[in-house]
Amino acid sequence: MAIRRGRGVAAINYPTGMNLGGDPTQALVHSTPTGNFMVTLSSVDLGQGMKQIMAQICAETIGVPTDRVVVDTADTDTGPHCMGTFASRGTHRAGNAVIQAAREARQVMLEVAAEELEVNASDLETDGQGNILVKGAPQKSISIFDVALSAHFKRGRSISGRGMFLIPRSYPEKETGAMKPSTCYAHACTVAEVEVDDETGEVTVLTVKNVFEIGRALNPKMVEQQLVGGSWMGISHALYETTEPYYPNRDHGGTDFNQYLMPGPGDLAETKIIVLERPSADGPYGAKGPGEMCANPQIPAVANAVFDAVGVRIDTLPITPERILRALKAQAAN
Amino acid sequence: MELRKNYFADVRKDDLHEIGQPRPRSDSPGHVTGKTAYFADRSFPGMLHLKMVRSPHHHARIRSIDTSEAEKHPGVVRVLTAKDVPHNVYTILILIQIGPEDETVLADGKVRWKGEAVVAVLAETERAAQEAAAKVRIDYEVLPAVFDMEEALKPGAPLVNEYHGQNYYLYDSGECRKVRFGDVEAGFAGADHILEQSYQSSPIEHAPTETTGCVVAPEGNDRFTCYTNTQAMFFTLDNTSIILQMPGSKLHFVGGTVGGGFGGKVDVIVEPIAILGAKLTGRPVCFIYSREEEMQISSPRAAEKVVIKDGVMTDGRIVARKVTGYTDAGAYSRHSPYGAQKGAGHYPGPYTIPNVWIDTYCVYTNRTPSSAMRGFGVTIGDFALEVQMDKLARLIGMDPLEFRFINAYRDGDMKAHRQPTEGAALIECMQEASRVANWPVAEKYMAMSSYAKGA
Repeated sequence: MAIRRGRGVAAINYPTGMNLGGDPTQALVHSTPTGNFMVTLSSVDLGQGMKQIMAQICAETIGVPTDRVVVDTADTDTGPHCMGTFASRGTHRAGNAVIQAAREARQVMLEVAAEELEVNASDLETDGQGNILVKGAPQKSISIFDVALSAHFKRGRSISGRGMFLIPRSYPEKETGAMKPSTCYAHACTVAEVEVDDETGEVTVLTVKNVFEIGRALNPKMVEQQLVGGSWMGISHALYETTEPYYPNRDHGGTDFNQYLMPGPGDLAETKIIVLERPSADGPYGAKGPGEMCANPQIPAVANAVFDAVGVRIDTLPITPERILRALKAQAAN
Repeated sequence: MELRKNYFADVRKDDLHEIGQPRPRSDSPGHVTGKTAYFADRSFPGMLHLKMVRSPHHHARIRSIDTSEAEKHPGVVRVLTAKDVPHNVYTILILIQIGPEDETVLADGKVRWKGEAVVAVLAETERAAQEAAAKVRIDYEVLPAVFDMEEALKPGAPLVNEYHGQNYYLYDSGECRKVRFGDVEAGFAGADHILEQSYQSSPIEHAPTETTGCVVAPEGNDRFTCYTNTQAMFFTLDNTSIILQMPGSKLHFVGGTVGGGFGGKVDVIVEPIAILGAKLTGRPVCFIYSREEEMQISSPRAAEKVVIKDGVMTDGRIVARKVTGYTDAGAYSRHSPYGAQKGAGHYPGPYTIPNVWIDTYCVYTNRTPSSAMRGFGVTIGDFALEVQMDKLARLIGMDPLEFRFINAYRDGDMKAHRQPTEGAALIECMQEASRVANWPVAEKYMAMSSYAKGA
């Protein structure tokens, strides 16, 4: 009887957005009289930080600092339609809608600035700090604060824009299954190291090294929180969780966190996250949806590491000590 | 976390101001100081509490329902049954033309899973609602139930859901979604080795910190404001409009601050009945799942069975792959026909295989309906695919990571569902994993690129 060590690898891809498309999202953007920007949506922030990301996307597109953008979302009386927050679609779909709306608003903003500066709008650029400058002559400039005041009270212009993003729905061909499930895919490769106690069947995940390719890390800290959380969820799916431990038998289902097993802080592995960025052709600033795929590769990587450690295959999730011990017993009997 | 900017530097401009910056989240201070308001922080004078009477049987005919004792219970304001729901038989994906309507808001004549909602009790306090719910008398005739997907698909199995007429979802392609590419039998015939393996998962709970729920307030102008933690505002509003036969203009949904979703809050379960309760009583109503309801009543991730048969050559090429996927939908569709379809679009994984055959089934059993969850239609498939890849590599005596390089998809490769690969990055992820995990592979694999074959 011994503690045995093993490692396993898994590589995966994951589609961004609703399968087969057909899932629209809209956004509206407008300026306040003092040059702050409102993004109006009906998308839902699940705790992943969608509001923050939409603010950064709008700020980048308009050319102002992120703290000048406020996101008002998830009120059906004010926000235009969004299909919902699921299918790794929030950043990709709503982000594209916000870019389109912000571009339209930016164009009006530049036109008003052009009138104030008596130049062509096409000769203007933003400095990202809240000012509009004449290209090549940055001493000639106007603040966005002043441009918004002028638009509201002098020139009667609405600095606003509308955005809509829709990937047309694909219908699978009946006989061949020819279809377009998604327009872009995130990628991952995970290597997990485990120790298995062949006396108790208990698995300890030592390290999980994840490489994720997500198009573009729009906010690296927020990407990190989502990827680390996903990696932990993957371990949890591999080794702990189910509402029906003896599926398909309906008995023994957990009804609270005492009975429904999940890893505690001491059960989580040393986690490494590496991010690669291959911008997607149709993503907002190249972003793909990382939210779901980041919880997938750990499951097979842990399963393969358990085999590498003790030489038994557990092809039924979750990989419980009971299943490992039964497999070891069967192996010994053969 | 580390960003590796050396990969794909030739196709990426790093010239942005706000994007790529680790700006602090504007909502974090509220979350960590307890100041963020969630839907359940709303409370209104005279608010009623809704509790469900649920089926104790997996499958049963309802002979009679007697609510008289419950109605007399102190604090009870109203008791609702199927006849009170204007459009009681519904299905949420009807909004994207995926029918048939197959589920009841409140059970009518039959229950098809243990925990199904039969009677809704509205009372002044949560306790009164709970006590009154225990006084509802329902006479059931227990029917044979089926829990195992293989059993459910056999002729003569108990019929789970009459609205389907058989224990699987009928796609336009027949009993399953199909993908056919190349000639899979010829591929197997020419393979050096064949490996057929079966994989299984069990249902999994989303386990959000905040359970599913909503608070509804009738407004003075004949409208209803619903404070909800749904993941999809208009999807929920539009389905509620259908179920209650109420114009969408009468409904106002407010949400957007959710304590964890993971796909568990897209089923449109609590809002329609709570709004109906508010309409019929003229009072605010709250309906919030207990932790037990969240775990055993709200939809879990489906259990899946995945059978993979591969033909592989001793040089490492996979020449044929046949995948049969079964998704256990439980008693009703909810999002499961979509999930099984998504699986068909995902197999055979991120590998270029010339001969592929895929069948994915959505199967009905007498258990809690399953639905969307993070990785919907893909997570369990990836478990099966990637364990299978490990087995294949060992079968032919090859390093598991090198084996994946040989089969990895690259730009331009035709996928089984007949879309050319674009924007691939699997090879680079594996190269970096090789480096970071100190798992060396042959130099020729480290020199590969996703851009094009031979690059």
